[in-house]
Amino acid sequence: MLRKKVSRDVEIPTSSMADISFLLLLFFLVTTTIDVDTGIGLTLPPPVDEAEQVKIKSENILKILVNAAGDVLLDEELTSVPQINEIVKNKLKANDKLVLSVKVDRDTPYRIYIATLDQVKQSYADLREEASLEKFGVPLDQLTREQLQEIRDQVPQRISLAEPEKTR
Amino acid sequence: MSKFKKKQAATKQNIPTASLPDIIFMLLIFFMVSTVLREFDVKVKYTLPSAVQIEKIDNKRLTSYIWVGNDGRVQIDDNLVLIPEIQTIAGIKRQQVPNVIMSLRIDEGSKMGIVTDIQQQLRKGDALRINYSALQSL
Repeated sequence: MLRKKVSRDVEIPTSSMADISFLLLLFFLVTTTIDVDTGIGLTLPPPVDEAEQVKIKSENILKILVNAAGDVLLDEELTSVPQINEIVKNKLKANDKLVLSVKVDRDTPYRIYIATLDQVKQSYADLREEASLEKFGVPLDQLTREQLQEIRDQVPQRISLAEPEKTR
Repeated sequence: MSKFKKKQAATKQNIPTASLPDIIFMLLIFFMVSTVLREFDVKVKYTLPSAVQIEKIDNKRLTSYIWVGNDGRVQIDDNLVLIPEIQTIAGIKRQQVPNVIMSLRIDEGSKMGIVTDIQQQLRKGDALRINYSALQSL
């Protein structure tokens, strides 16, 4: 007896493919952290015994001393942290070779140190903004990469972290 | 028999779903590429200070974190460490990733003494690029 051959359609079901990839997608969606780290960037000086000490004329150094209570001694004058920006800006305008030296007490809270650095960075940012408006006529955030570099070269950030004193 | 017969299209109306997996796969691949899986179990409590002039760290793969809690404990990666050990760890990190950025996540109430000590250790370990982690203040 001859059996009639049944032709079967052989196919892998792909309808659940979307579901599977959805699952994977959800997993990566959940584990991804989009938030970016923000902060104040700085480059530390190399260790002392290797680096040659660079001599800077004393009139080109602006000392910023901060004590534990948050009082600021800026160039032998007593001020407070929120005023640093204005004073530093004026001094930088008067002398563009100025190096800012930040020195803090061991007992100074970190919060005040960050506020001080923020003020200093702020005055550099303001100066760059001014330079940008003067040179290219547009604010800093509208410059091209090359123009931005030019402004950065023109107003370089010179922040020096003072060497800690040996206590013992 | 009514004169007005409802007009109906002769064709079946189906949204083609054949390309759905492809679309999902594209999304999937985007998230797979942008995900950095390494997450740390932070053992110290800290509140970050806030500042105006902050910048973004673009590359998460370059960053290494140092946490300093409000009780003065220091954590690197998943371990609590002592200050003198930081130099060695920084040296190792620097070998693994030559342009490593050390992101310092320090409690805003910490004393500067401990921060200075960590910085001295980082200098000896030759990890000189640092970033004081801070939030955007309004």
